[in-house]
Amino acid sequence: MIARRLGGLALPRRLGGMGSVVTAAPLLIPLAIAVTFVVTAAFVLVAGADPIQAYYRFLVEPLTSRFTLLEVLVTATPLLFTGAAVAIAFRAGYFNIGAEGQLLAGAIAAAGIGMVVGGLPAVLALPLMIAGGALAGALWALVPAVLRVRFRIDEVVTTLLLNPVAALVVSALLNGPWRDPQTGFPESPRIAESAVFPALLGRSRLHIGFVLALVVIAVAWFVLTRTPTGLRLRAVGSSPRAAAFAGLDVNGTLLRAALVSGAIAGVAGVSEVGGIQYRLTGGLSPGFGYTGIVVATLGGLTMPGVGLAALLLGDLRVGAGTAGRALGIPSQLGEIVQATLLLVTIGALALLAVRARRGSRDESATADTVSPGGPAGVQDAPLA
Amino acid sequence: MTFLLDVLTATLRNATPLAFGTVGETYSERAGVLNLGIEGTMYAGAFFGFATAYWTGYLELGLLAAVVVGLLAGGLMGLLTVTLGANQHVSGLGLTLFLIGVSEFVNRLAFGAGQRLRKIEPYPVIDPLGLGGLTSQYALTYVAFLLVVPLAWWILMRTRFGLALRAVGENPEAADAAGINVFRTRYAALMIGGALMGLGGAFFTLAALGTFTLDIIAGRGWVCVALVIFGRWGIWRAVAGALLFSFVYSLQLRLRILPGWEGVPFELLLALPYLVVIVALALSGRNVAYPGAYLKPYRRA
Repeated sequence: MIARRLGGLALPRRLGGMGSVVTAAPLLIPLAIAVTFVVTAAFVLVAGADPIQAYYRFLVEPLTSRFTLLEVLVTATPLLFTGAAVAIAFRAGYFNIGAEGQLLAGAIAAAGIGMVVGGLPAVLALPLMIAGGALAGALWALVPAVLRVRFRIDEVVTTLLLNPVAALVVSALLNGPWRDPQTGFPESPRIAESAVFPALLGRSRLHIGFVLALVVIAVAWFVLTRTPTGLRLRAVGSSPRAAAFAGLDVNGTLLRAALVSGAIAGVAGVSEVGGIQYRLTGGLSPGFGYTGIVVATLGGLTMPGVGLAALLLGDLRVGAGTAGRALGIPSQLGEIVQATLLLVTIGALALLAVRARRGSRDESATADTVSPGGPAGVQDAPLA
Repeated sequence: MTFLLDVLTATLRNATPLAFGTVGETYSERAGVLNLGIEGTMYAGAFFGFATAYWTGYLELGLLAAVVVGLLAGGLMGLLTVTLGANQHVSGLGLTLFLIGVSEFVNRLAFGAGQRLRKIEPYPVIDPLGLGGLTSQYALTYVAFLLVVPLAWWILMRTRFGLALRAVGENPEAADAAGINVFRTRYAALMIGGALMGLGGAFFTLAALGTFTLDIIAGRGWVCVALVIFGRWGIWRAVAGALLFSFVYSLQLRLRILPGWEGVPFELLLALPYLVVIVALALSGRNVAYPGAYLKPYRRA
């Protein structure tokens, strides 16, 4: 059984037992989109627009012009980072809900470094900023990870609670020492020119952060699927008990996954500061960290899936902003669609998991039917 | 002295939505469901409560709307986590994103993007004892502390239903064997909890502010989640935590406007309750007694 779990593309059973349903995932996404369409069409109708036309404008139209297409990539950039960050942690069975706070920690570090590296050339300034942001994100993820590993304290609540703390730190900095002395606005001064992420193409906001995000996704894919490290991580995520039984270092794996996840989320903050805002602002992240959970879940916790889901949500967000105005539909429809897609997907996954469990029970009435869920800190007591 | 009295008066007022929220979250969690939909449920309660009062002219209908929205939100959470057995964290966060999205969508559709603030005449401050100061509070504050909190405690700890609720959260298999309907009980806990969260949100629009603004809940739902754990799933302890948090919050609001306090980073003071919860969890370490079936969906074998 261990061999089966280690060999297969098993996902953490705690995510409603996604492990057994990976084969159904390709079918699941179109299905989730269809159900989401039906549910959200009601909101479009309430707004007095035609759903088909609205969806054309939301999903297809952004892809038809150069400007909006590039904007889709710009919007997808932070989601690629946060989606990858969340997916890596979830794959290890570590429920990092704190990507938002880790992103903000990375943004703080990026702005702090970016404001003082005016004397350095970009080849030094940019790596310094990225490393600083990654470190800050990892540090922000450190305490919940240690608490989980050492004391088995549920990481969901601790990572979640550090999000508002990070937002408050940003706000304290912007109302205090970092308030822009020239404008007096609660924004930090602009970062140095050498700390600005270079643009990829003329007349577009697309910056090298997008390329960096693709590199992160590619590396994460390689490590997860093609290396012993990835195998260990997946093994720990799909069955910590079995992994411990097989002699794997469960706690170490969890800790490393949590810190890498935090670091990637931190780089998302660097990318937004260096590529979009050029300063620390209060409105830096409209919930990119939380949306990362949507991206990771929609992507089935796989890196290609995360890439596609980030692009889909980027498309949706751009479409909601531009086309929404033309049809008189509030752009918040984008958020409704996103949330509905998430709820429908996890509902469908849970349903499939039930069926899969029933199926496996027919073969052998073993402990495989133990209910999933529950923080390992509480449930997996023998793992100390 | 007046300063302290001011702060204490504000403490009770500011703790009101937290009291509703923590009691609601306690009910959900004692039944075995971590409801991270609380932030969105409070948000939707605030918005739909306001919108209904604005359109009908009756504040009571606003309260009713907030309760209905909360019941629906709790029911949806039940559908996801109880019936389907989906992951509770992701379901709750998704629910929060969904409800905030829906509230802002309808807000935009109904009230436009205009800068003009739509106001209603909110519930007045009452002073049944005529003492002024501490006793001049909103009726909802009285309801929260004199009715909802004690009643919720009594129901949870002293009635058959409360016993059933705690049983399905501690050991659903045993509860099921004892003839308790696990699914129905969890739905009831989630819906009662949701209704209370909705009321907590409506307090902002129907009493404290008289209007709806974006980001009106501003993370108070997460504060409630923290307080419930801080209170170790006990209603009185959680409400005591709410009062403590509210005291610090009210104190910094007052200090902020005093001369000589301009440079103090009050945000860090506001971050305290979150940090205190994390420290408290760290200190109690392995001894944190989560409800036995916390985060576990139940299926009949």
